[in-house]
Amino acid sequence: MEKFITLTSTIVPLPIENVDTDQIIPARFLKATSKEGFGDNLFRDWRYDKNNNPIESFVLNNPTYKGQILVAGKNFGSGSSREHAAWAIAGYGFRVVVSSFFADIFKNNAMNNFVLPVVVSEPFLAEIFESLKINPDNTLTVNLAEQTITNNVNGKSESFFINPYKKDCFVKGLDDIDYLLSKKDQIEQFEKARKAFTGHLV
Amino acid sequence: MKRTLFDKIWEAHVVSTVVEGPTQLYIDRMYCHEVTSPQAFDGMRTRGLKVFRPEQITCMPDHNIPTINQEKPIEDPISKIQVDTLTKNALDFGLTHYQMGNEKNGIIHVVGPEIGLSLPGMTLVCGDSHTSTHGALGAVAFGIGTSEVEMVLATQCVFQSRPKTMRININGKLNPGVTSKDLALYVIAKVTTGGATGYFVEYAGEAIAALSMEQRLTVCNLSIEMGARGGLVAPDEITFAYLKGKEFAPKGEEWDKALAKWKELKSDEGAVFDKEVTFDAADIQPMVTYGTNPGMGMGITDSIPTLDSIDKASQISFVKSLDYMGYKPGEKLMGKAIDYVFLGSCTNGRIEDFRIFADYVKGKKKADNIVVWLVPGSWAVDKQIKAEGIDKILIEAGFQLRQPGCSACLAMNDDKVPAGKYAVSTSNRNFEGRQGPGARTILAGPLVAAAAAVTGRITDPRV
Repeated sequence: MEKFITLTSTIVPLPIENVDTDQIIPARFLKATSKEGFGDNLFRDWRYDKNNNPIESFVLNNPTYKGQILVAGKNFGSGSSREHAAWAIAGYGFRVVVSSFFADIFKNNAMNNFVLPVVVSEPFLAEIFESLKINPDNTLTVNLAEQTITNNVNGKSESFFINPYKKDCFVKGLDDIDYLLSKKDQIEQFEKARKAFTGHLV
Repeated sequence: MKRTLFDKIWEAHVVSTVVEGPTQLYIDRMYCHEVTSPQAFDGMRTRGLKVFRPEQITCMPDHNIPTINQEKPIEDPISKIQVDTLTKNALDFGLTHYQMGNEKNGIIHVVGPEIGLSLPGMTLVCGDSHTSTHGALGAVAFGIGTSEVEMVLATQCVFQSRPKTMRININGKLNPGVTSKDLALYVIAKVTTGGATGYFVEYAGEAIAALSMEQRLTVCNLSIEMGARGGLVAPDEITFAYLKGKEFAPKGEEWDKALAKWKELKSDEGAVFDKEVTFDAADIQPMVTYGTNPGMGMGITDSIPTLDSIDKASQISFVKSLDYMGYKPGEKLMGKAIDYVFLGSCTNGRIEDFRIFADYVKGKKKADNIVVWLVPGSWAVDKQIKAEGIDKILIEAGFQLRQPGCSACLAMNDDKVPAGKYAVSTSNRNFEGRQGPGARTILAGPLVAAAAAVTGRITDPRV
């Protein structure tokens, strides 16, 4: 997996709140048995009309806005636990999603696919949307090592949280399963100790 | 240290905690359906791994399966591949699998409790956000992504950040004509669609204690719709009576031992929750949603909020949502024509839901101009419907029963609501396109659905 340290990119703005995973990838596209190709159907029903023609007013069809950073309204990724949403966002080419608030399961799914969810304050988010109206070529810089995000139109910066374990995974390109597999002995010991008093529960 | 019920179950399952990182949580049981598992099994193959604890995993297809002609092969070739892939994966990895048509097949969140696989004190996961349902038994149950499904297949553990705790108290008694679905939609409207994000909820109070097990399953099912990681109810005599004699529940001496443990599963008196909210059951009336997330709900006699009552930052989303629904700010929904009614899903596809629906439509007739899909949550529910003669009441009133599955809740099979049409649905999500591209969903309980099914309009079932 590609390692992540810093990224400076132009921005795709989506100033809608409560963007649910059914919008990110509608259920009828969940029938694949691999992780490939979901980017083509990212935001399918906002992006294409029923005759599969691009809807010009939707931001992904607007050539003014492009880049590897998606900036969205609060409570991004609510609803279904479908990891297909993270595969669609990664498949389309986004590496960072910025919002003031993410749904829990989506946040985990994104990180497990090396898409970095960056939580910013509501004013910082509002400023990004405002600055893009003035200059669509504005960029953001996300520095994972420093855990900062900078709006390059005004130089304002905020720090964001990521737990040190996950940060290390991003920097080294490692996933959780590698780590968990290294803990098998510990898991077996846990099971033995637990069975002593709750054998009937499992 | 006084602990909440959530704390007790969580802490009993911590294998390790990564320094400044997530918790490695042991999972007692995992359910797998066909949509969110194939890539996880592929990952296992790529890594050359066997399933670590196959006896703790149960598979069944539910999302794609048709609700007619299940005895024939699935017509949609892509759905068929996905369902067949689960069959192959379960076989290759040695997992229990209740395939389409099996008497134990149905919606995974209906079947798990029904056969006693979901038990108090457990940690329980599935690649499905409505896994929160099983919390009704007094379990820590939550939805996970496919990478996490793979973690459980490989190690019976997941990495999770520990959620904060929230207690939602519902005092007093529910009014006649108000179901547990209305209770849940009311709470979600108050807390908002993202208001419980980061929390694990315990439901408590007189109104919750009075709910049957199936009604509690409905409430816990909807926890995710306010963003909660999960929701649970402390097990009590209602829980124990429900579980006793279930196929996979403990038996004999094991039952006695389990019962003694389960009786300890409650929040300590004086335990502190990170957040606590209280509502009065008497304030709740039958609910409907008017927008495109489950938090956009109101009493059936109420009016949609006006634009100026909405926070400025949220106005774009509010207008977009009402445009999609074809409704105007400030208007009432009572009396509005609808086109479809759906009774079913992991939220409201159980026998009590069918009893409520049948009681209301008994001696009445289905409205001519609408389509009604009645989809039992499992074959066991279907069997019970027939045992009680509910099917005859439904047929007499002009309805037909379909075969079990997730069906029109997310329209992965052929049960799709056409673009622009209105559906009163007992399911869990009114997101844009959820029931088919362009479909407009009004979430409601089984009683409001029954009233809509006989009038063809949004109708107060109490009058």
